[in-house]
Amino acid sequence: MLRFALRRVGLMVPVLLGLSLLLFMWVRALPGDPARALLGERATPEGLARVTEAYGFDRPLWEQYVTYLGALLQGDFGNSIKTGQPVVSSFADRFPATVELGLSALLFAVLLGVPLGYLAARHQGRWLDTLAVSGSLLGVVTPVFFLAILLKLVFADTLHWLPTVGRQDARIDATHITNFYILDGVLTGEYDAAWDAAVHLVLPALALGTIPLAIIVRITRASVAEVLHEDYVRTAEAKGLAARTISRRHVLRNAMLPVATTIGLQAGLLFSGAVLTETVFGINGVGQYLFTAISQRDYPVLQGYILFIAVIYSLINLLVDLSYGLIDPRVRTP
Amino acid sequence: MKRSRRFRSSAALLAATALALSSCAESQRDDSDDESDGSGGGGTFVFAGSAEPVSLDPFFASDGESFRVARQIFEGLVSTEEDSADPAPGLAETWEVADDGLSYTFNLREGVTFQDDTPFDAEAVCYNFDRWYNMPESAQNDEYTYYYGTLFRGFATGDRKDAAVFDSCTADDELTATIKLKAPFAGFISAMSMPAFSMQSPTALEKWQDDGANNPRTTDYSTAHPVGTGPFVFDSWERGDRLTLKRYDDYWGEKAIIDTAVIVPIDDSKARADALRNGEIDAFDLVGPADVGPLESEGFQIQNREPFNILYLGMNQKQAPLDDLKVRQAIAHAIDKEAVISASMPEGTQPALEFIPPTVNGYTEDVATYDYDPDRARDLLEQAGAEGATIEFNYPTGVSRPYMPQPEDTFNVIRSQLAEVGLKIKPTADVWDPDYLEKIQGTSDHGIHLLGWTGDYNDTDNFLGVFFGGESSEWGFDNPELFDALREARGLPTVEEQTPAYEEINKMVMDFLPGVPIASPVPSLGLSPDVSGYEASPVQNEVWNTVSID
Repeated sequence: MLRFALRRVGLMVPVLLGLSLLLFMWVRALPGDPARALLGERATPEGLARVTEAYGFDRPLWEQYVTYLGALLQGDFGNSIKTGQPVVSSFADRFPATVELGLSALLFAVLLGVPLGYLAARHQGRWLDTLAVSGSLLGVVTPVFFLAILLKLVFADTLHWLPTVGRQDARIDATHITNFYILDGVLTGEYDAAWDAAVHLVLPALALGTIPLAIIVRITRASVAEVLHEDYVRTAEAKGLAARTISRRHVLRNAMLPVATTIGLQAGLLFSGAVLTETVFGINGVGQYLFTAISQRDYPVLQGYILFIAVIYSLINLLVDLSYGLIDPRVRTP
Repeated sequence: MKRSRRFRSSAALLAATALALSSCAESQRDDSDDESDGSGGGGTFVFAGSAEPVSLDPFFASDGESFRVARQIFEGLVSTEEDSADPAPGLAETWEVADDGLSYTFNLREGVTFQDDTPFDAEAVCYNFDRWYNMPESAQNDEYTYYYGTLFRGFATGDRKDAAVFDSCTADDELTATIKLKAPFAGFISAMSMPAFSMQSPTALEKWQDDGANNPRTTDYSTAHPVGTGPFVFDSWERGDRLTLKRYDDYWGEKAIIDTAVIVPIDDSKARADALRNGEIDAFDLVGPADVGPLESEGFQIQNREPFNILYLGMNQKQAPLDDLKVRQAIAHAIDKEAVISASMPEGTQPALEFIPPTVNGYTEDVATYDYDPDRARDLLEQAGAEGATIEFNYPTGVSRPYMPQPEDTFNVIRSQLAEVGLKIKPTADVWDPDYLEKIQGTSDHGIHLLGWTGDYNDTDNFLGVFFGGESSEWGFDNPELFDALREARGLPTVEEQTPAYEEINKMVMDFLPGVPIASPVPSLGLSPDVSGYEASPVQNEVWNTVSID
């Protein structure tokens, strides 16, 4: 198991190197000049030249890449062109917001999706099943940004039930230690701050969690339906085991394998959804920063952030693979 | 039996979700009620800007959001009048200018201390001037020191050192400082009112700032330890989320009423309006034109600033037939500015006569005007042999500037007006940042285009010099007479001497007609009905010590 994990981590190195080169070429292929993006509508030719030189954009591409890679290997991801903040620390500042959002969305999707999918499978063809199947189809096809804007319009802008923007009420003087606002509120005993942060997450999490929810419902339903027809379930029923024991030990456990894979994949995909959700709800997370970086041709931020996300995506997939071992003992034997 | 239990559980789940939603809502309302329940004094004022500040050391900033914060923490030698861009006493109570315009003596306010108890005196003033002048070469670029580089023209070292205007600063006595210049700089006093030239605590700068840092905007000082003499002290900055200021209780002037000011960045103007409606913020800047009416009718306050900007339709004379003055005049006569304003700008916006707004020195009504007259436009096109000519019309997308709140709408109105007089318009849209700017200012590949400028301080050269100071690919003309006139006007020692010179230049420009000035849109602030004492200023010299929340 440990060797398996280590080999997987080792494999990430060449993948990331290749990715860094691709990213480097890609951001430079974007039309537009970062120096002009930086200086705005009254950039003088001298001003542009000075900035271009300062960032080394006038040097040959291969030389820029070698410099970049050299710094990268020392853990220096460069500074944002727009804000001057080091890429690593800006990511560290914003990452908790994105994780908080992603986890809430995932939690919503899993806690609602797995039971719903299970119930739908147990009652195939009944109204609950029809509702779950058609509802999840609608969920899958609804674009994240559309849902986000719709939710915001109805529950925040019109009904004023929920906040429209940000992570926490600006009037709450909350102490932030980890930058996970809910956790911070709990740690410091500022429960009102934690509650407020949670309230701010409701709409974004619903928006971001809907597609994963829909997919989880469908996969769980299909997987449970398949397992229900297995011989061992019939055997278990025949030998008079309690329905609850059969569900828990035989059906759910066996049906969870494809579901776990799906959850892992969805967790990675949450990043792309977070770009849109964070932008709509003004959450200053990784996604929103990435969105701004693209429009401003902020090369170091684009390169750094996408690399970080790739690493995290790979790690999540690794965790999912490892979790197979926990769900299905057969995987553990080589 | 089984089924009904399961049904109950899923129904319970739904009910729980609904309950959670509605209780959230209640808590939200409770929170805002609690907070706005103050008794006049104290409380927290939440203001939404459009972006994050770039640097808390205003010397290294050139963006409005950094300056917004700087105006609360810092003060300059010179301030501005409440309702104009004219200079007013700041940390200097009075000043005298020598006849040759090369020496300025500032008489400083007594009893002022920086927020770290460092005394504010002539030594501190000279410390600041010397610091700016002696900036390391690594910081001598438009990104970090745009305003100093542009206004003082150079530093003690570096490739611009021979052009530097600053000579020396001497502390004559504790409260008198004399600045000597190498060349006349008529805009000097006005420039001293800019946040970039705020007085900063020498002690704090010594301790926390490193001007030679790889990036002087990310030093300890620029991110966490700014110290000035203003009515608010810096408290904390959670990047991307909020910046918190607290009242400075030993402020020399009118002490702040509110305890805390929080500035949050919300980039979309519609989102700022929604946050105000929802009680999440107390005020915000840059109200979208479409939100002004609705917000007012819902009981929110709208405050307009005197416009300090200009939107124009530029014409590239490198592209025929725009090199023909008659064609340019025809285009000017074809445009109904009132219609453009009513379709795409906030209420109260006035059409522009020339390339500066009325608040700027050198403004004159005595310029050639081009009234809306489609028949005359058709005549002129006929005389020029350009009836039915095809003209490329460039406009930006994905941008909203104070001078250009809705460029797409502005474009549409002008396009149909030009089509009305028989011109064929070839529309070309580009994303603002950086494609559009690159194309307009970096290449000759454009015809007529929308662009403008928001002034930084009251200096005419900051408009006319920026637009027409030399040959540029934006305008595509070479007019040495105009370039020389601008250079001469810039070098005049006093504002009084500059006024007639700039009036002449305005006349010259409007005869030459390089483009059509369209309007100076009124920038608006949106405020909750509970806020009082907010004083809008045309150059955004808005200090929140007078703000209170009921």
